[in-house]
Amino acid sequence: MKLTVNGVEHEVESHGLQPLLSVLREELGITSPKAGCQQGGCGACTVLVDGEPRRSCLIPAGALNGAAITTVEGIGTPEHLAPVQAAFHEHYGSQCGFCTPGFLLATHALIERSPGADRAQIDEALAGHACRCTGYVKILEAVEAAVGGAK
Amino acid sequence: MALADVDVVVPTSPDEALAAFGDGKDVTVVAGGTIVLPDLTAGRLRPTRAILLARAGLDGITRDGGRVTIGATTPVSALEGGDEPLATAAHHVADPEIRGQATVGGNLCAEASADAPRGDLQAALIVLGATVRSGGKGGERSEPVEDFLANGAGRLVLDVSYDDVARQTGYAAASRPHAHHYTILAVAAAKRDGELRVAATGLGPRAVRLTSVEQGGEVSGVEARDDALASAWYRSRLLPRLVERALADLEDTG
Repeated sequence: MKLTVNGVEHEVESHGLQPLLSVLREELGITSPKAGCQQGGCGACTVLVDGEPRRSCLIPAGALNGAAITTVEGIGTPEHLAPVQAAFHEHYGSQCGFCTPGFLLATHALIERSPGADRAQIDEALAGHACRCTGYVKILEAVEAAVGGAK
Repeated sequence: MALADVDVVVPTSPDEALAAFGDGKDVTVVAGGTIVLPDLTAGRLRPTRAILLARAGLDGITRDGGRVTIGATTPVSALEGGDEPLATAAHHVADPEIRGQATVGGNLCAEASADAPRGDLQAALIVLGATVRSGGKGGERSEPVEDFLANGAGRLVLDVSYDDVARQTGYAAASRPHAHHYTILAVAAAKRDGELRVAATGLGPRAVRLTSVEQGGEVSGVEARDDALASAWYRSRLLPRLVERALADLEDTG
């Protein structure tokens, strides 16, 4: 089956019941989506599936033929960071970094969907993301700056 | 688990899905995957054959001929902003990313785990008087959601429907400590042409109607369960308060 990841088309051979997470990490070697709880509960494996933030640990590969996947590598480059990446850098929104890809992609999708989202919308959009360093104050400062900057 | 040995079918129409499902024997149905995939990953589920419904054309909400029909693979998120009390019940499910992935049919078919009851939407569907259409052994069948919950194991849900009429509705749920908790306890109520229906989700393995409350009395005749989310003691004391709140919410919508 075919899967487009960050604009590059791949012919994928993983079994249809393998979660997208293991297709990305183990077959394609893209390790920015993190294998945290692998039960849908932590948000660290979040990627964009056709533009929508989704848990890659919960989606079977076989359901995705032809889908376009975006990971953090696909929203910006070290030279040209996406606004949300620049805001996390500026506001120190990352401590150990394990949850960061998920927070970045959820926020990136929020900015696309609701530019200028308020705090309640931000809380709702990030409800499924856990930071076990408990760096939420810095994360939310970064998210608010990114969302505010996109107004 | 040797995944390589598991036959996976990805039907592209409802008829193909029904044909692949057959009599439902030894088939693992994957709709959104939010319950099945964690069970697979943790080794709690070892399927022999799997059907992925993502492309089976079973999604979408239609309003036609006085009925609202919700396809089995319609995401839970599609219910938000729609008819109450289903919309509020849907909003209480997990987080927006999970709600975009999880399906109505999956939520309806989710059996209680040892840790928690899982059918967050069941009470709301019961008070709407919803009908479940399913396929499987003996062919297609339509039945009230309560009957499906009691006898529907091993069926493939095609859609859920209810009358498209005005109702007063109410909903009250216990607050969740975390977005990913299943519903600890919730009460849904709907009144149509003077007839009140009240049901609770989270009390037991599947949602139940609170008939004594519908008849104007106190909560009686139901038992609460103990699990990892809450004790039976807590649930049985919380239930009358949620009933009061749901009925007050219903009167407010009058």
